[in-house]
Amino acid sequence: MMSSSSGTPESWISSFCSLLGHEYFAEVSEEFIEDDFNLTGLQTQVAMYKEALEMILDVEPEEDDEDEEEDDDEEDESIEGVERMRHGERRNHSRIASDLSVIESSAEMLYGLIHQRFICSRAGIQQMSEKYELGHFGVCPRSHCEQARTLPVGLSDIPGEETVKLFCPSCLDVYVPPNSRFQTVDGAFFGRTFGALFLLTFPEYDLTKRGADVMAGARVPEDDKEMLNGMYRRNIAPSLGRARIYEPRIYGFRVSEVARSGPRMQWLRDKPNDVSELDEARRFAEENPESDDDDESMNLNGRPVRRLRQRRRNGAGGGSPMETNGAESEL
Amino acid sequence: MMEEFASESDSDYTSYWRDWFISSRGNEYFCEIDEDYLTDRFNLTGLNTEVQYYQYALDLITDVFDLDCDDDMRETIEKSARHLYGLIHARYIVTTRGLAKMLDKYKKADFGKCPRVFCRSHPLLPMGQTDAPHQKPVKLYCVRCEDVYNPKSSRHAAIDGAYFGTSFHNIMFQVYPALVPSKSAERYIPRVYGFKVHAAATLIRWQNSQRADMLRRLRKLEVESGFKEDMGGDDLDEEEDEEDELGADGQGDAMHVVG
Ligand SMILES: [Zn+2]
Ligand SMILES: [Zn+2]
Repeated sequence: MMSSSSGTPESWISSFCSLLGHEYFAEVSEEFIEDDFNLTGLQTQVAMYKEALEMILDVEPEEDDEDEEEDDDEEDESIEGVERMRHGERRNHSRIASDLSVIESSAEMLYGLIHQRFICSRAGIQQMSEKYELGHFGVCPRSHCEQARTLPVGLSDIPGEETVKLFCPSCLDVYVPPNSRFQTVDGAFFGRTFGALFLLTFPEYDLTKRGADVMAGARVPEDDKEMLNGMYRRNIAPSLGRARIYEPRIYGFRVSEVARSGPRMQWLRDKPNDVSELDEARRFAEENPESDDDDESMNLNGRPVRRLRQRRRNGAGGGSPMETNGAESEL
Repeated sequence: MMEEFASESDSDYTSYWRDWFISSRGNEYFCEIDEDYLTDRFNLTGLNTEVQYYQYALDLITDVFDLDCDDDMRETIEKSARHLYGLIHARYIVTTRGLAKMLDKYKKADFGKCPRVFCRSHPLLPMGQTDAPHQKPVKLYCVRCEDVYNPKSSRHAAIDGAYFGTSFHNIMFQVYPALVPSKSAERYIPRVYGFKVHAAATLIRWQNSQRADMLRRLRKLEVESGFKEDMGGDDLDEEEDEEDELGADGQGDAMHVVG
């Protein structure tokens, strides 16, 4: 067990979060971990679950010895560290070393899986927003994103598949963290949901702002609060669009699309000049004035492949682009 | 290609200053300019007005500097030599020999790898955003996503982009078209508990329609698109199959409103 310089022992959680490479992690509150509901299903995910959980919470393992009780009575703040250390040593003696390393790695796995859930909770996402403002998650490496703040995300919720990545809300793409120390951090400990949930939870962050303005918590200005598809218009991929697409040139002449090495990926960084083009529901109504948005209207072009898609969609979502709090009802 | 230029010692000449320069920390993006190229005055046309103490600087680069001077003067000339080397470098790397040297470095990923996850560590090339010196620092170009990235290290981020220029990386792929990797529509889709975020999803659908338009244009002109998924096979994200299919015929605007 590590001790901080002040003499009070550092908790397992804060020492885990202060390890090199763990800068993206939030400190999960004990309150969150102690609520069994939050841990549903995790028992079967890690070996020596109970011991791992005890380690995370710095709970002394239950022992039969009577003499331990006496020690506990005398504990006060100043000697707690010493006590814990002594207990730690004893644990070392009473458990074989291989068990301890299993528990240690189980504890890290368990913490990561709890963390995936925690950062999607009210308290957790709040803590992550503070880290975001402080710039703990770094910036987008894309030149046109001009140092836009990123968010740590997983590409999978299942541990062992992918390492942590950085999601840039300004270009809606994901990047490998610049430092190799993050390439050992499991992406599942952040999960697939956090990045997008962050945007939906904090729509007020002004995504066009950079650096010190983000640090100061820059918010969408009152006079520019037009919504589109569940987001403030100005926050929809602000670093994409015509002016922010690379145009390859040779001696000043643009490389043509039809050249073998011509541009083929510009769509990835494109955005309509007028974002209201993205208002699909409105456009649909305008382009199909007769329709009342029902199933038949979707078949107007009559291609079988589309009807097939349509049918499937009807099964899932009722045939219109439904949205609930900015999330679409399709999986 | 690689063997051809692997050895620098074909001549018994040792390039003292240039060896030092390209092996200095932070100068990893530069290749060594040939003696032959440096000594042909034609290649240096116009550079004499760009750098202070041009002749001394050139002498330093070519290891014939023998001026007896104080440290301040020496430092000024040294600085001029580095700048001159960079300016000559921009010209050299678009020659056959220079391109080949840079290709060699590219293959070794000396310029780093694309940070974009779906580019799967594709190697990068250095590039300038302008050909004029002292304007903008060097950036890195990924031919897979066709986008421009900032160098990771601050040492590299401080290099003048004009030492690579705006054309070099594009010439590289025009001269060696086989180096252009196949393009992929694979991408990140923001989700919350499995549900797509509506604002992002509508933009992605719009972008996909732009891609479909481009593929249609290319098909009409019988130009190869470079997409593996093109023509028939659609190994796009299966959850995306309501989008314009790369294999399907064109006129698909109505389906965008479907969602
Ligand atoms: Zn970005
Ligand atoms: Zn790339």
